[in-house]
Amino acid sequence: MAEIKLTDLTKSYGPTEVLHHVEGEINDGEFIVIVGPSGCGKSTLLRMVAGLETVTSGEIAIAGRRVNELEPSARDIAMVFQNYALYPHMSVRENMAYGLKIRKLSKAEINKRVEEAADILEIHQYLDRKPRQLSGGQRQRVAMGRAIVRDPQVFLFDEPLSNLDAKLRVQMRLEIRKLQQRLGVTSIYVTHDQVEAMTLGDRLMVLNGGYVEQFGTPIELYDRPASVFVAGFIGSPAMNFLPATAEEDGLLLPSGIKLVAGLAQRGQVLLGMRPEHLIPDAAGPIAIEVEMVEQLGANTLLHGTLSGTDHAMVASVSGHVSAEMGTVHRFAVTPELLHLFDPETQKRLEA
Amino acid sequence: MVENRPLTAILTHFMLVLGVIAIALPIWITFVAATHDAARMTQVPLPLWPGTHLWDNLKQTLFGSGLSGTEGAPVWLMLFNSLAMAMMISLGKIAISLLSAFAIVYFRFPFRMTCFWMIFITLMLPVEVRILPTFEVVANLGMLNSYWGLSIPLIASATATFMFRQVFLTVPDEMLESARIDGAGPMRFFFDILLPLSRTNIAALFVILFIFGWNQYLWPLLITTDTSMTTIVMSIKQMLEAAEQSPQWNIIMTTALLAMIPPIFVVISMQKLFVQGLTETDK
Amino acid sequence: MLKRVHFPSSPLPYLLVAPQLAITLVFFIWPASQAMYQSFLIEDAFGLGSEFVWFENFEALWADQHYLDAFLRTAVFSLLVAALSMGVALLLAGFAQRVVRGAMFYRTLLIWPYAVAPVLAGALWVFMFNPTLGIFPYFLDFFGIDWNHYLNGNQAMALVILAAAWKQVAYNFLFYLAAMQSIPNSVIEAAAIDGAGPGRRFFSIILPLISPTTFFLLVINMVYAFFETFGIIHAVTQGGPGSSTTILVYKVFNDGFVGLDLGGSAAQSVVLMVLVIAMTIVQFRYVERKVEY
Repeated sequence: MAEIKLTDLTKSYGPTEVLHHVEGEINDGEFIVIVGPSGCGKSTLLRMVAGLETVTSGEIAIAGRRVNELEPSARDIAMVFQNYALYPHMSVRENMAYGLKIRKLSKAEINKRVEEAADILEIHQYLDRKPRQLSGGQRQRVAMGRAIVRDPQVFLFDEPLSNLDAKLRVQMRLEIRKLQQRLGVTSIYVTHDQVEAMTLGDRLMVLNGGYVEQFGTPIELYDRPASVFVAGFIGSPAMNFLPATAEEDGLLLPSGIKLVAGLAQRGQVLLGMRPEHLIPDAAGPIAIEVEMVEQLGANTLLHGTLSGTDHAMVASVSGHVSAEMGTVHRFAVTPELLHLFDPETQKRLEA
Repeated sequence: MVENRPLTAILTHFMLVLGVIAIALPIWITFVAATHDAARMTQVPLPLWPGTHLWDNLKQTLFGSGLSGTEGAPVWLMLFNSLAMAMMISLGKIAISLLSAFAIVYFRFPFRMTCFWMIFITLMLPVEVRILPTFEVVANLGMLNSYWGLSIPLIASATATFMFRQVFLTVPDEMLESARIDGAGPMRFFFDILLPLSRTNIAALFVILFIFGWNQYLWPLLITTDTSMTTIVMSIKQMLEAAEQSPQWNIIMTTALLAMIPPIFVVISMQKLFVQGLTETDK
Repeated sequence: MLKRVHFPSSPLPYLLVAPQLAITLVFFIWPASQAMYQSFLIEDAFGLGSEFVWFENFEALWADQHYLDAFLRTAVFSLLVAALSMGVALLLAGFAQRVVRGAMFYRTLLIWPYAVAPVLAGALWVFMFNPTLGIFPYFLDFFGIDWNHYLNGNQAMALVILAAAWKQVAYNFLFYLAAMQSIPNSVIEAAAIDGAGPGRRFFSIILPLISPTTFFLLVINMVYAFFETFGIIHAVTQGGPGSSTTILVYKVFNDGFVGLDLGGSAAQSVVLMVLVIAMTIVQFRYVERKVEY
């Protein structure tokens, strides 16, 4: 049983605070992805859990035990690094066995574990090679193998796929997920790639500027983003935002059009609409003047501005659509799929 | 190269061969002198082509009386002294530099920068400029006429420390993090990870330092008065002085040849490491 | 400077730096400060007592024509050694980098003088120029040149310069060759397309591009000529005839160990230290600038 509890966790370098009062509970066997733009503090948070960074204040507990003061090796964790950090002068086998040797496990036990891990990852034929003789994907597997042999309570992944090419990344993503489900080990995975985050995580922790913006399942994040940041970060292409005024008889858009009535809010709001929720409708209220068309095959992206304004808008339409530059296309949107945010606090306004 | 004109190619090789001849000439003449007997070496002009007495000269130099008229140590003992001094200096320098570079790069401790600067200062003080007071220190410590006196004062080296510092800084941080997660302590990390990762740098530095140690002259000249501690490089000077009375150039040049062979052998056989060591330590 | 990640604090780092620090303190810092201290003292004629005289030793040096001559002589000697060895090395490297195959072969043949001890280099050249037996005086005789460096100060100087430069050619050659080989081939090709022949390319493209190496080597060669040529001088001329080849390092040794003028020798040591420190700083400035490239 290894649940992880982060309580009021803060990290400062000198006077600069880089992580602010992070709270979070991770259940046993759960796969958590920490996602955010570069510099948001996601790697720092992971390294604090690993014991590679000190904790300024707050507490990290693994399996109910406070680990703030413990050395990394005493926390019963394993970590996969972005550049794999394989020891270049040791063979694959020695790389995997090194930690076990330090823990003074018996030769037989070490061998057994290495063989088991090699079976799982199908890296038997590389066991006696040096890391430099392996391809990127193979190194990635070895790095995971090194984590598996330790049989830890927690796996930590620090952007492990960012050095691979796009195709391999998708494949390894699936493998990591399958492996984690099979072993059932609590995992924390850091990435800046929102697609990776959505596909891998049981739950996602979105970090921005050292603050936790939202912590929830991928669907929660997509359906009910807690802030403008999360709304813009999750989903591709990114959500459209328009300033709007909520009045009694509907939402007044900058183009002068009124949208749906019956909202509880009044006053200035920020309206969010996902491109894929804009439905082509000749009588629809939202008019977009098309400036550029991107044909993606399965769907088509129409880039332009809200007609009569210079607010950029994107619509994603399924199938092939041809559109001339400068023509105006009209769209409708279901009221339930609209997101409203407070322009001041950037937080979600509940309808 | 860009164009392929036979004439320029020939000129290029001609100039290079000329250069090689000019550079190699002194060594060739040494070799030739070591292959003739004493009588031939007193006739003008001296030979430019090898003779047949190399073996006799080697025998006399290495195991015989050596140069008559000097009460020196046997040459094989000098060779041994030189080897001992060169090995102690090079291995000693490598060992203490590795340790101090490790401390400076991988630990944060009070007075870290003080230590760094104290080591840095040694870069600025070659033995030649502080020769007299250093001699006094060694004399007071009773280290005259000993291998320790020959080697230890030359062991502290900022150059080697800097080079290892440079090497350690290029080792990715993740190596240490990974080792810490694996449970390796500092010394374990040092021996299991850091040393194997720097082994070519260590070898390259060894080549440079071996030559540096073997070729030491002024320092051994000062602190060894006992002939049994004479190094081969020192002995040449004594022989030159003796040559003013009785010129036995065949023996002198055989000795010179013996003194040159070990460092030249090291340079040529480990040329790649040597070039790497040279360009890295001085950068 | 320091790794982002490091080991937790413990007494261990002190143990690790202890050997180097101990040796540095005992054999570097202590003697150097002794030299400083002694440079302010004058010992009486019997070595029984000494008197603190502030800068009198330095003033005496400044007033000593022999010392000033040695200073000037050292400057000339160093410049000539640097110019000769760097010039030859530059020429050879310029030809060697044109050779596609075989550059390494020539390198092998050109680098061994580096391995020869200075005093041995001196011995080889003294042998070749031995006035009665040597090969070179024999040939020089045909040109009517009477070679005897035991009597002729200029000839003695020429001989130590030759020996010192010979030993250093290998080192300069390696650095020049490496610098030339690091010039992108496309730059040379572009110049060739612009119509520059090999000679012109060497002077207008290669030479300017390797000028940082030239500056670096100049400093290194000066330091070499200043301090590491002791063995050559000692073997070839012992500073003579007269004092025509007595350079500063040789004078420190001579005045201290032979003349037993401790205060004066210490003052000379201090002057030398200042010189080394100045050259080291110049060299480090250069290294810093090179990093920015």
